Amino acid sequence: MSTMANDPRLVSEESGSLLQRWWQRFRQADLGSLPIIVGLVVIWLVFQRANDKFLSPLNLTNLMAQISALGTIAVGAVLVLLLGEVDLSAGAVSGLCAAIMAVLNVRYGVPGPIAVLVGLLAGLAVGFFQGFWVTRFKIPSFIITLAGQIAWVGALLAVLGETGTVNLRDNFIVALAGTFLKRDVHNGELYSWIVGILFIAIFAASFIWERQRRRSAGLQFTSIGGLIFQIAIVAVLVIGMLLITNADRGLPSAMVLFIVVLVLFDFITKRTIFGRHIYAVGGNVEAARRASINVNFVRIAVFGLASALAAFGGILAASRLLAVNQGAGANDLLLNVIASAVIGGTSLFGGRGSVWSALLGALVIGSISNGMDLLALPSPIKFMITGGVLLAAVTIEAVSRQRRETAGR
Amino acid sequence: MPKSSSQVPILELRGVSKRFGAVQALSNVNFEVYAGEVVGLVGDNGAGKSTLIKCVAGIHPIDDGEIWFEGRRVHIQNPIDATNLGIQTVYQDLALCDNLDVVGNLYLGREQTNRLPLDEVTMEKRSLEVLHNLSVSIPSVRTIIASLSGGQRQSVAISRAVMWNSKLVILDEPTAALGVLQSKQVLKLIRNLREQGLAVIVISHNLVDIFEAVDRISILYLGRNNGVFNVHGTSQEQIVAAITGAEFGNNNQETAQSRQRKGGSSR
Repeated sequence: MSTMANDPRLVSEESGSLLQRWWQRFRQADLGSLPIIVGLVVIWLVFQRANDKFLSPLNLTNLMAQISALGTIAVGAVLVLLLGEVDLSAGAVSGLCAAIMAVLNVRYGVPGPIAVLVGLLAGLAVGFFQGFWVTRFKIPSFIITLAGQIAWVGALLAVLGETGTVNLRDNFIVALAGTFLKRDVHNGELYSWIVGILFIAIFAASFIWERQRRRSAGLQFTSIGGLIFQIAIVAVLVIGMLLITNADRGLPSAMVLFIVVLVLFDFITKRTIFGRHIYAVGGNVEAARRASINVNFVRIAVFGLASALAAFGGILAASRLLAVNQGAGANDLLLNVIASAVIGGTSLFGGRGSVWSALLGALVIGSISNGMDLLALPSPIKFMITGGVLLAAVTIEAVSRQRRETAGR
Repeated sequence: MPKSSSQVPILELRGVSKRFGAVQALSNVNFEVYAGEVVGLVGDNGAGKSTLIKCVAGIHPIDDGEIWFEGRRVHIQNPIDATNLGIQTVYQDLALCDNLDVVGNLYLGREQTNRLPLDEVTMEKRSLEVLHNLSVSIPSVRTIIASLSGGQRQSVAISRAVMWNSKLVILDEPTAALGVLQSKQVLKLIRNLREQGLAVIVISHNLVDIFEAVDRISILYLGRNNGVFNVHGTSQEQIVAAITGAEFGNNNQETAQSRQRKGGSSR
């Protein structure tokens, strides 16, 4: 069999219309996020059948508020997984940094915004420290962050002190995740529509500008149909989200912040040199090193960003619960974070995935948890079902990877 | 052809020696390659081929002898020295990132930006030009490396080595992992490099490939020169004899001899 450049498999791979390309990829088992979207729809339909309040605006708005903290931490987990590393300290770091913020604000009277900033910086410092340890002593990140997970829980208990619970009352901190645009903000519904339309317009403009540049440079560019399709998907998602949330209390501010984090880190990972280097290090460390990429810098920076995102997620969770207690960041949070990243399609082996998998994964995990709460299922069943879904997701990923490898991808 | 125009070799090694503990890996080795010329570096396992290229690539500084580059004596202490001179080496592992596309790999570590964001359009355009100039055919420069064939990957690695003002490209076993057709593709690319006026050193065990792609063959035997042969007028049996040490070349008159042979070969 010929494997030259005129190999029909290879030639047809990136040619043809958008639909044809998808079909090609489908046949080569490079399914992308399709299985997970299908899975999400199935989960929603199942829960809707079991309880017709599941897809109500009230519950969907709650769901968005619930997944924002988890999703924000999962964005950090995605960054670390892209390097082919893992961060087991995300849960504890989120709790610790939320506690630092809460104690500074409540006990020491530090203004809310500054307390939040210090909490974020504490996360960044923790991440730099762990990243430094991983690179300096060449110890697997799995062990370093496991040690971190234990140590930071200790630090959390020490910061909280004897009472063990700090209740939050600061206006800024409470508003961070607790604001619903329509209910709490004067003219909030109008603002949300203006921002939503602007968001769609900016996306559309960037697609069109990109297409125009490629066209004038004489490169392949997307067809008009493909362009409209891309813009339509963004528009439908944004408008749908606004219609649903405005039928209830309005868009939760936590979701807005989560979307900002997603867009920002999508830009960083896909459009900057630093992001390209993250993928390079995750794909082939030796190649990255020989291309004179500062591998240790990339690693330390990513661990720092991941822990800062964990801190931000912890602060969002604290803001929503109006308190930080000894259980902050404990229990199944860490596993849900990593499960979200992996279910969303980020490879455990580095170099493959995108920050949007944090959104998809958090939606799946959040929907299951929310749906089971609605059905008032007992905890043992909830844990087992969540574990089963994670198992199914990684199995789909592994099988499609094997098929991809046999297909030579 | 650039070949005949340059009388000074791009790279010349004079009496180079390299020792690792008790092992004398290279002793008093002479070697030269001109612009627009492909030289095959051949020898049995342990003959010192890899050590020789690692000396030129700056991975092992030489113990003794001289390295001359474009008529100037140079000291290559580390890989950056070699890169700055315009020496690029493509090792067998290719050092490509499977998860990035062709453009991403060609520009790895040298990404171009439009202020902050990556300038994908400029990088893609230049990548297409480079691949077109070298007649490398790849379905799309946006294909990820993992979906390319072995020959295409080798071609991408070689293209990356030559696209940054390189003067000398060293290829370590470029066809070892490839099938027949893919080898042909890579050998054609090597001939293209010669047409573009680059100097190329090819290490290979495959004499058929060597005879197809190179102008001269320089043979190492147990860390010493064992003859330089023009591929025209030399049989494979002679080369095999020199590789295995059955026939000893003319060590002392190495340089003069090779120059003379080269002169005879210029078309």
